[in-house]
Amino acid sequence: MLATHGTAQSIQSRSAAPVAAPKLQVDDLTKRYGSFTALQPTRLDVPAGEFLTLLGPSGSGKTTLLQMICGLVEPSGGRILIDGKDETRTPVHKRDIGLVFQHYALFPHLTVAENIGFPLRMRGMAAAEVEARTRGALDMVHLGHLGGRFPKELSGGQQQRVALARCFVYQPSIILMDEPLGALDKKLREHMQQEIKRLHRETGATIVYVTHDQEEALAMSDRICLMNHARIEQIGTPHEIYARPKTAFAADFIGVSNIFRGRVQRDAHGTPVLVTSDGSFRLTGEALPDQDEASLVVRPEQLDLDGEGDNEVSGEVVDTVYAGSETRVLVALGGGTTVTVRLRRGLAPPLPGDRVAVRWRAEAGVLVS
Amino acid sequence: MSAATFQGAADTEPRRWRFGPLWLAAPGLAFLTVFFVVPVARLLGLSVQDLDAGTWSGEHYARIVDTSVYFRVLLGTFRISGLTALLSLLFGYPLAYWLAQLPERTRGKAVLFVMVPFWTSYLVKTFAWMVILGQKGVINQILAGTGLPSLPLLHNEFGVMAGMVHAMLPLAVLTMLPVMTTIDRRLVDAAGTLGASPVNSFWLVYFQLSLPGVAAAGLLTFISSLGFFIVPALLGGPQQTMLAQLIIAQIQEMLNWAFAGALSTFMLVAALVTCWVYDRMFGLSTLSGEGSGRAGSAQGRLRAAGMRLLAALAKGSTTLGGAAGRVVGPRAMAWLLPLYSAAVIVFLVAPALVVVPIAFTSSPFLDFPPPGYSLNWFRVYFESDVWVGATVRSFGVAFATAILATVVAGLAALALARSTSRWRGAIFAFFLAPMIVPRIVFAVGLFYLFAQIGLVATDIGLVIGHTVLALPFAFIAISAVVKGHDWRLDQAAATLGANRFKTLMLVTVPLIRGGLVAAFLFAFITSFDELSVAIFVGGGVKTTLPKQMWDDMILQLNPTLAAVSFVVFVIVMALLLIAERLRRPAR
Repeated sequence: MLATHGTAQSIQSRSAAPVAAPKLQVDDLTKRYGSFTALQPTRLDVPAGEFLTLLGPSGSGKTTLLQMICGLVEPSGGRILIDGKDETRTPVHKRDIGLVFQHYALFPHLTVAENIGFPLRMRGMAAAEVEARTRGALDMVHLGHLGGRFPKELSGGQQQRVALARCFVYQPSIILMDEPLGALDKKLREHMQQEIKRLHRETGATIVYVTHDQEEALAMSDRICLMNHARIEQIGTPHEIYARPKTAFAADFIGVSNIFRGRVQRDAHGTPVLVTSDGSFRLTGEALPDQDEASLVVRPEQLDLDGEGDNEVSGEVVDTVYAGSETRVLVALGGGTTVTVRLRRGLAPPLPGDRVAVRWRAEAGVLVS
Repeated sequence: MSAATFQGAADTEPRRWRFGPLWLAAPGLAFLTVFFVVPVARLLGLSVQDLDAGTWSGEHYARIVDTSVYFRVLLGTFRISGLTALLSLLFGYPLAYWLAQLPERTRGKAVLFVMVPFWTSYLVKTFAWMVILGQKGVINQILAGTGLPSLPLLHNEFGVMAGMVHAMLPLAVLTMLPVMTTIDRRLVDAAGTLGASPVNSFWLVYFQLSLPGVAAAGLLTFISSLGFFIVPALLGGPQQTMLAQLIIAQIQEMLNWAFAGALSTFMLVAALVTCWVYDRMFGLSTLSGEGSGRAGSAQGRLRAAGMRLLAALAKGSTTLGGAAGRVVGPRAMAWLLPLYSAAVIVFLVAPALVVVPIAFTSSPFLDFPPPGYSLNWFRVYFESDVWVGATVRSFGVAFATAILATVVAGLAALALARSTSRWRGAIFAFFLAPMIVPRIVFAVGLFYLFAQIGLVATDIGLVIGHTVLALPFAFIAISAVVKGHDWRLDQAAATLGANRFKTLMLVTVPLIRGGLVAAFLFAFITSFDELSVAIFVGGGVKTTLPKQMWDDMILQLNPTLAAVSFVVFVIVMALLLIAERLRRPAR
């Protein structure tokens, strides 16, 4: 099957609660600064309890979208609805939204406990209840013993936990996170990903999460909203986006991809093929109309050296890259493309200069426009 | 870290004379010890000695407390200084806030409107106020023109406060501004997303974070006010006599050194106690914009009380702001701050500009607006041997001072930037000390020392005194640039074969050139505008431009003063603009 049309709609109906209005609706939301467009008119529905990630390179509009949802940036056009109610003009402090900042934005002059209690006090809660809830939130992020410290006395990971506690403590109906793990090192980042997922599970909160790290997006999200050039490129579950990218950008941005560019034609048997500078490759299912420019995406794990497959291309090994859990082989093809192949388990890595045949099954390829 | 690496490398060099970076500060330390610490200490010592009997004595202090006139002046000085500091903070805070939230480029230009009055000579500013507030001054002439009765604006508390606040407001704003610009705006955003209204965000987050700057501004304005004598002497009446005036009178009229020493001690102790309180609460390093002070203790009762106070303030201003918003409407509210800031800037800049038309008047009086225009008074200025002599001397002394201060401060700034010694903080504070000790105390002490070693009424004496006062400004200007210097470039030069001297001359100095030139110009301006040292050390013979202006202003106001003021104003502004341009680190 070729992923030539979207599957986002079907996914939406699957993960949303039956009939209920989405928690958050973004309706033709736009942001322009003079002649520069930071966000094209954008539509997006987020069902209650979902973990949605806005993923994209810097300048793709994801942070702008997030800041408009929480009210820090005023939209140039469009509407924001929360629980079906229009909140576009509601000032930031009156929206029932939590935002976890990229650099935490903990108040340096307040203690950890005072930081966490801040949103509760702003809501006029009695001192006793503020204290009880603060203690609960501190325990939730395993920082029960550090309430009296000041933020700068904590490590980066601990500060991150405080920021999370400060956001979860007042149970906002939507929680937004702006690259919250960007400042942490890889090991700690992976640990905190698990923590955030646990908090999501335990609280059932609706979370919109911004990141430019595709691995993080794949690991955490219910759905990923891939953004590029100030608009949405593709929305879908991590698996859909990885396995069935709709555009060359999506394929290239998420995971490692081998992309062959060419033109769709029919071979002697009437089967659709993509004619590229590296050879003609068989396509399956519904193809694009003949003569259309298209790209064929094949993931490294779908390629095989000297294995099975109805598409074949030969080339010369340039290098092998050992990455611990897997070994990748870089093969230069005749037409000038270099493809990445994941070496099958148990196979001895070839040496640079070896001539190899790279094969894959036609169904493994995804044709994108 | 780069400094540590560098030092580590130096340590491994075998059997070479260790020339640690801190040694570069030695000339400055020696200079300040001999010409700053010793004179001040000796003056204080005088106050507890009975010179005739050669024994210790507290009689001068007893006399101050017992004589009601002196005691009243003492209290009056604290009251005027405190009030000046308070009003400078109140009027200055919104202006500093407005400047801090401007985009960086616009801010750089807008700050000049505060820099200009900051560096304008106190004598020029005070002269302007005399012209504006006098019996036949600008305001009263306008009132007379509209048929209203004239107001007593000069030689009373109002005149002193107008002059003092006008003199101290720029210092307050320029001290608060760096703290405010480093406040992370996202914290205010964060408060908003957590449910704080804009008013609450301001009082509970922004204002609290700006407090170290507010305190530093209060400290500096209070201490500077303590030693003031130009404004109270010329704009105030007998009721507003301040401590510094008493000290001058004791030396010039009574030659009573010991009693002047006792009065100086009161002033110095007040300044030091204020500093000590400030240091306990915020840490002195905040003064130089070195970043936030210490973390307060979470359990402090003071802190809890402060938080409750701010919460109450937030509540109060919510009510007030809400009411005001209903009256004038939200759109007008958004214009309040810029309008207010513009008004304060007019208050700061306008007085000096009033001097300009009067400098070109054809009348022998200070009429405003002038009946006609001429260059008469510039001719009088340039044909007078006294004025020309004073001008030439001021230029010469300022030039020598600028060179000396730049070299000494430059070495010290380099030393401290490279050093990781635990003495670093103390030495840093030491170089800023001449800013904190009231000038009049230092000037009297220096007079006493110079009288014994024959440096009174010499140009060298003036240069030495001015250099002490200019050092902190030069030191801050160079430190700011050195702080941004990439020391890896020096290491690179070393690996490429340059020795230390060549590295300094070919790499370091060219890269921090902007800071050096700025330091030179700030030192020049400081000396060019200096009066306290000039009054005493000049000895009445070696008159500088400010000293000559001071004498004339006490004697009688005349349009020549306006012409001189205009020339001084133009020169200082030109130097200031060049310094400001160069102070920004090279990109």
